[in-house]
Amino acid sequence: MTASGEASRIVLASTASLAATKLGDVVAVVGGFLAILLIIFLVAERARGRLQRPIAIVVCVGPAVVLAMAGLVIPAINTFWLSLTNTAATGQKFALVDGKLVPVTAKFVGASNYVFAFTDPYTRGTLIRTVLWIMVVPLVTVGVGLLLALLMDRMHYTSFFKTMIFMPTAISFVGASLIWSLIYNPPVWQPNGSPGSQTGLLSQVVLSLGWKNPPDWIQTPPGNTFLLMVILIWIETGFAMVVLAAALKGIPDEIIDAARVDGATGYKLFAKVQIPMIRGTLVVVLTTVTIMSLKIFDIVRTVTNGDFNTDVLARQMYDDLFVTFQSGRGAALAVILFLCVVPLVAYNIRQIRRQRAIG
Amino acid sequence: MTSSTPPILDAELPGAEREPRADTVLRGGEARRAIRSAFSSPVASFLVIILTVLWTIPTLGFFLNSLRSKEAVYSSGWWTWFAHPTFDLSNYHTVLFANGGEVLPLVNSLAITIPATIIPVFIASMAAYALAWMRFRSSDFIFFGLFALQVIPLQMALVPLQRFYSTGAHVGSLTIFPALHLEGSLAEIWISHTMFSLPLAVFLLHNFIVQLPGSLIEAGRVDGASYLQIYRLIVLPLTKPAIAAFAIFQFLWVWNDLLVATIFGGSDASGQPVTARIVNLGGNFGSHQELLAPAGFLAIVIPLIVFLAFQRYFTRGLLAGSVKG
Repeated sequence: MTASGEASRIVLASTASLAATKLGDVVAVVGGFLAILLIIFLVAERARGRLQRPIAIVVCVGPAVVLAMAGLVIPAINTFWLSLTNTAATGQKFALVDGKLVPVTAKFVGASNYVFAFTDPYTRGTLIRTVLWIMVVPLVTVGVGLLLALLMDRMHYTSFFKTMIFMPTAISFVGASLIWSLIYNPPVWQPNGSPGSQTGLLSQVVLSLGWKNPPDWIQTPPGNTFLLMVILIWIETGFAMVVLAAALKGIPDEIIDAARVDGATGYKLFAKVQIPMIRGTLVVVLTTVTIMSLKIFDIVRTVTNGDFNTDVLARQMYDDLFVTFQSGRGAALAVILFLCVVPLVAYNIRQIRRQRAIG
Repeated sequence: MTSSTPPILDAELPGAEREPRADTVLRGGEARRAIRSAFSSPVASFLVIILTVLWTIPTLGFFLNSLRSKEAVYSSGWWTWFAHPTFDLSNYHTVLFANGGEVLPLVNSLAITIPATIIPVFIASMAAYALAWMRFRSSDFIFFGLFALQVIPLQMALVPLQRFYSTGAHVGSLTIFPALHLEGSLAEIWISHTMFSLPLAVFLLHNFIVQLPGSLIEAGRVDGASYLQIYRLIVLPLTKPAIAAFAIFQFLWVWNDLLVATIFGGSDASGQPVTARIVNLGGNFGSHQELLAPAGFLAIVIPLIVFLAFQRYFTRGLLAGSVKG
């Protein structure tokens, strides 16, 4: 055994023991959580009579409501307040001013963070690109997903194809970014200036099509933003396809029958019967993908880190909040993002309520 | 049923096979099959195949590249693998065991993901049950309120949450909630993921639970079971498909997460999950292109296995109640 082999064996042994400890902790935590839950249940189940219902409601709904308040509602209110201040750093203590929780060192600056967001050229570019993301990605994703769902609704033996197209959904944004770097890599040039090896598929394809001098794709705006969008489309299409395919299958046979008796076929059947029938699902998928595109962070962060004119809202916000510590500006961006999503979810809720009223 | 069957033949056998409306593509209703055979054309199949190939190429290339030697990765594209097929596993060995290794980050990812999947399953299914079957005055408000919370971007919650963990909650000098002092442990990540998952989790599970047959719950009540016993003994076992679907979703989401882990995970490199490790790999070993493919592929193997093993639950449970058109 060589010395390096010996060393790697020692490293391996210590890694193994560390790993065992961690997994042991996990088992303990999960077991502890379940045990506590069971004890609470066994105790609360003893309640009878008038108290039984309220106790059961508190036990069941309480944890979810408390966690949602602590993790989402209060932070959101907090962030809204932060966006109106010029807090320089995170971690201040709070003080009670006029019945409101206020960070002690924060200075109220009104809407100036928002004014900054809409006037600063860099941030304006970020906003425009974010709008592009939410216009292009959901439309293409749902379009291709719907096309695939329709085609597969008329095909046999589709599970293999469905699995292959759905697979990217299981891949992390980080992994996807690495995967796509093998497509987008620029051609490597030899030190003496002659064209060298080619490791990016896109360059290879356009070279073979006769484009002599392909650019460095990822560093060339404005195309690079669209190339990043392709990655998200690649990830999300499988999701759209699977959900829409299930919706198509959920259309009652009688309706299809009736439409056929009335002479609807092909495109007409699709446009006049199938699409209206799955409209609810279509809206849900569209809003889901839109929210996803609005919040896109990992892809931009891993591929370009926002350089080369590719920055988007969620990534710039991350920089403001955690890298340069301009909490006020970052919080203003967060609020803008929030305001963009509100109408989508409001529409979704209206849709669900209507469905409930019918069903 | 082949594509050559005239649709009219199927139409003449009304309802022959309609009753067991199976979930698979191969066994649909009678009318559906008629339509399918009328429209299934070579063009459609061809399109599907083309799109599938397009969708598979990136992952395939990535996988093939991970099997090639360092020199090959630098000097040529992955497609040359087809001309010179090799199975060089040395990159995997390097990634797993050298330079700190990827074994520990993989374990860390598991240690983050498993509790962050199991805890929300229970908290959300309890809430979903109560909101669906124990209707009280504000149950609709809470249900739609929770659903609406998905508008809050993760990024909006991060700073206040971080502060909450480190200092607790105070009103003036009054401490409402003490500081948790969880720094360095994974608890902050578990709790954060649980919080962020609740809007979707309660929504999905509620859709499923509300469709359980009311007679079962009634029977439980008649037999003297308390509300909590009904959840534990009747609702929870019956909700397995929806729970499986949500659990897969949550597993993939937490495993693939970078943001929450970077912010709440602390700076200790030995505690970082595999996503953070890969980002660092890209930064620190800029010159080690050959390691990125195997590192990335190892990171996607576990979610892929989970997904492939459970994908049939994914659609079945996820879509309950939401695909009524």
